[in-house]
Amino acid sequence: MIPAPFDYVAPSTVDDAVRALADAGEDAKVLAGGQSLLPVLRVRLAAPTKIIDLGKVAELRGVREEGDHLVIGSMTTHYEVQRDPLIAEHATLLARATDTVADPQVRHRGTFGGSLAHADPAGDLLAPALALDAEVVIQGMDGKRTATAADFFEDFFTTSLRPDEILVEVRVPKHTGWHAHYEKFNRVAQAWSMVAVAATVRTDGDAIAEAKIGLTNMSSIPMRATAVEQALVGQPATTEAIRAAAEHAAEGTNPTVDGNADVEYRQHLARVLTGRAISAAMAG
Amino acid sequence: MTATIEPEVGKGRLRKEDERLVTGRTRWTDNLTLPGLVHLAVLRSTMAHAKIVSIDTSAAKEMPGVVAVFTGDDLDPDGAIGMPCAWPITPDMKSPRRPVLAQGTVNFAGEGVAVVVARGAAEAEDALAEIDVEYDELPVVLGLENALAEGAPLVHEDLGTNRNAVWIFDSGEAGSGAPVEQAISDAEVVLKRRFRQQRLVPAFMEPRACMVDPTAPQLTMWSATQIPHILKTMSALTLGLPEHKIRVIAPDVGGGFGGKIAVLPEEIMCLLVAQKLGKPVKWTESRSETMVAAHHGRDQIQDLTIAATRDGTVTGLKVELLADMGAYLGLVGPGVPILGAFMFNAIYKIPAYHFACTNVFTNTTLTDAYRGAGRPEATFAIERIMDELAAELGMDPMRLREQNWIKHEEFPYTTVSTLTYDSGNYEAATAKAMELFGYESLRQEQRERRDRNDPVQLGIGISTFTEMCGLAPSRVLGSLDYGAGGWEHAAIRMLPTGKVEVITGASAHGQGHETAWSQIVADQLGVPFEDVEVLHGDTQSSHKGLDTYGSRSLAVGGIAVVKATEKVIDKARKVAAHLMECSEDDLEFAGGKFTVKGTDTSTGIGDIALAVFAAHDLPEGIEPTLDSDAVYDPENFSFPHGTHLCATEVDTETGRVRIRSYVCVDDVGKVVNPIIVEGQMHGGLAQGIAQALYEEAVYDESGTLTSGTFADYLLPSAVDLPEFTTDRTETPSTTNPLGVKGVGEAGTIASTPAVVNAVVDAVRHYGVDDIEMPLTPMRVWQAIRTGEKAAGGPGAESGGGLGSIDAAHGGAQ
Repeated sequence: MIPAPFDYVAPSTVDDAVRALADAGEDAKVLAGGQSLLPVLRVRLAAPTKIIDLGKVAELRGVREEGDHLVIGSMTTHYEVQRDPLIAEHATLLARATDTVADPQVRHRGTFGGSLAHADPAGDLLAPALALDAEVVIQGMDGKRTATAADFFEDFFTTSLRPDEILVEVRVPKHTGWHAHYEKFNRVAQAWSMVAVAATVRTDGDAIAEAKIGLTNMSSIPMRATAVEQALVGQPATTEAIRAAAEHAAEGTNPTVDGNADVEYRQHLARVLTGRAISAAMAG
Repeated sequence: MTATIEPEVGKGRLRKEDERLVTGRTRWTDNLTLPGLVHLAVLRSTMAHAKIVSIDTSAAKEMPGVVAVFTGDDLDPDGAIGMPCAWPITPDMKSPRRPVLAQGTVNFAGEGVAVVVARGAAEAEDALAEIDVEYDELPVVLGLENALAEGAPLVHEDLGTNRNAVWIFDSGEAGSGAPVEQAISDAEVVLKRRFRQQRLVPAFMEPRACMVDPTAPQLTMWSATQIPHILKTMSALTLGLPEHKIRVIAPDVGGGFGGKIAVLPEEIMCLLVAQKLGKPVKWTESRSETMVAAHHGRDQIQDLTIAATRDGTVTGLKVELLADMGAYLGLVGPGVPILGAFMFNAIYKIPAYHFACTNVFTNTTLTDAYRGAGRPEATFAIERIMDELAAELGMDPMRLREQNWIKHEEFPYTTVSTLTYDSGNYEAATAKAMELFGYESLRQEQRERRDRNDPVQLGIGISTFTEMCGLAPSRVLGSLDYGAGGWEHAAIRMLPTGKVEVITGASAHGQGHETAWSQIVADQLGVPFEDVEVLHGDTQSSHKGLDTYGSRSLAVGGIAVVKATEKVIDKARKVAAHLMECSEDDLEFAGGKFTVKGTDTSTGIGDIALAVFAAHDLPEGIEPTLDSDAVYDPENFSFPHGTHLCATEVDTETGRVRIRSYVCVDDVGKVVNPIIVEGQMHGGLAQGIAQALYEEAVYDESGTLTSGTFADYLLPSAVDLPEFTTDRTETPSTTNPLGVKGVGEAGTIASTPAVVNAVVDAVRHYGVDDIEMPLTPMRVWQAIRTGEKAAGGPGAESGGGLGSIDAAHGGAQ
């Protein structure tokens, strides 16, 4: 398990990192915690000639408020996301989803931005980002640009990041007071999600005013269960109403087939887990 | 020196070896180094079956740091070297030559094709990509029934068949019981079932590694092996080297589970390359290599026919197995399913029994021993079919077992498969387990959940098991055509200061021998636990042994230690009598002291050791040494048994299984160290449960292992496993002086059927009567959904993974 040879740089500013990336050309890879990249390097599924480690870029870490948004530095670790008071208050869904990521060692090393940029459809943070209508701030040699999560994820392990760009921040609209739950289904605790559902709900009295539902691993990219969201608006938060709405969860999904699940089973799980996610969110 | 007051045996001593093992601050093979060491990396075939047209190593030889590149033909130009198989189970067994590196053809994906030698391990690995191998594809043989089908392509063309051997036991012919066909035709109830034992990876923590130093007169090999002694002899035989010129050292070894009972082509390769270059060499595999190249375990199709009376007395059992050997034969691979032949009858009095096993070659990684080796397969099948028979008869499954098991007053009991169980008390272990489990209240809850159609259904699984371990009486191994005996060696060195060195031929790789042997010796010689050092794993200090596997170390190796201490005491008694000027008959030995009976005159064994060392005043004709050794050949196997009860909750909406409670009451005889026993049970349960629910090595149709990483091959961690309630009854073995039985495999053997029985029990009312292992949520969900008698049961082929759950099969299997 020895990676192919590569050059390694660890810049301390975003500008230096972007320049290093632009200079390195297409064979460079950004290391943003390394919890997905290092295994890939070690089994030699990838052999970049240059690794640009963002671990020393202090400006990429931390969470701050900006009006009605939270701004999360891309190198903020899962461990920090789990414990951040602003995220707990204004983006509860993200904290709950992060709780389920892998194991403590991974959560200490892995980063929120790294996870989004890796764009593994079974990764647990894509669907919450999508459900929360997050935007990503991207920096390249030409400066900064912003993309919505919906535009950012393009395909399996593919985003709209260009080779010379770095994901620097994630802007999450505040969802203060929203109920939230991440319902994850896997075979062993440390495995990736077979299917998972990110649900966050705003209530008005006893009724559901608004719901945002993200699906993990139901397509090559994270998906919103829009039919479920629409069906829930104005509904009482009863088991029956939630179940009925959740029946729409698999609409438009196109899940992969692997050793753990075929299409039919994944779609079935999406329906069951969506109902459970909403109910758990309401109960929490 | 103080005499020990309370006995050491039975004390929950923390393990002496744990500090270094748990922290990793010890010597593993991979962190050893030698001056001038060069590193090996093996290029492995990506093809499951192909002719090798050409291998071009010229570019690799030019890579930085590369010292040499060798192919199979370079290392063995005459094609004379074949890896050993020590267990020819029948006289006409087919044995293909397994070369050190593939020559002519590759027969499984992962087989070594060439080796790079470089100054650094990374340089060796980098150069692998520069080797150009041209293959000419051959048809790939996968699946047991496919391999045996008329006109199937052959793994080894020259053998003319994919059938390795057929091994049969028949109680009618053996005279140990009635003919089974008669029993079946006369039976009131006949039940047939097919079970599949999926292929498993013995996921030891430390990958395999080997280092060879050829620069001294003795070739020294360090290897992460379970079997340094066997490896030494087999290396000599395989390469025609003089045995006295080889020394093998197993330093601390990070687990084995049977996966390191092997003579590796890579070990032989290290010997060859080291001699060729005159330099020390080291090979350490990556986890990816372990997955494809280290031997796998299980992989059988089991067809069972059980005959019974309507009131629940079993009258006959017929077992027909197909066992996948993979592409070659491992060291003991062909014999693994045969060990199961003696265990299908389990704890039951079955009057007629027939066992037939067909071993089969396929283009897959070879299979060999994995924790339990043959006995888990047998136990699974009999315990599963007992539950099915109970369901068929409308009986409580425990009641059915009770009606058929050997009663405690019937021991010793000779079974239909000709083993004599020396002792056991199934009633006592079961009674204790049932009470701890709360069997009746769980049955009540199960009924309630069924009645209210709860989405979470409850099931109860039983496994009342026994196993044969403490391998093994040499005469029995001889009768099974095994290539060696089953004895074990031990020696005691009494040091002048009264400290004790114990040498054992057992080769611990995590078991805790250093602690347990110290406890035994402390009691035997009356010395403090701390004053005992246990030496093992180096053929220079531990010159004789048969190593560790088959839950044999304590029941065989531990007894050898006892026998050696007895000889020390006999020698010391003569000296003590001389020093105290009395007759040997007047002495009694206790607490480390010889006392003249009826007096307070005594002398300690440490003082005698010093007197013997000085040798100034010894009796006439007495050698100045107390050191002694002993070789113990067991007269019988040991037969641990136990009752395992598992309650599972099945989420019928998702198919997820949750183990709610797991109770086991095991009888492993006398216990030397309850903490070690507990640890062995927990680890064993984890691996057995993992077979039931999680683990499976899967090949695709091209013979590529698709579960080649731990992201795909799922091992449970602590959070995936329940709290275990473990308890014991203690029925001593009557065939060894400590009364001990083996414990290393018990948990693995017993737990798999307990879990599967519990899941099937939870969903039986949906018409489910089997679900194939591992019981993934999808399989469970599909079984429930299909909801008819046809649901469940094994797929047509072993190794197919998802082959049995595609739409064409109607799902639910």
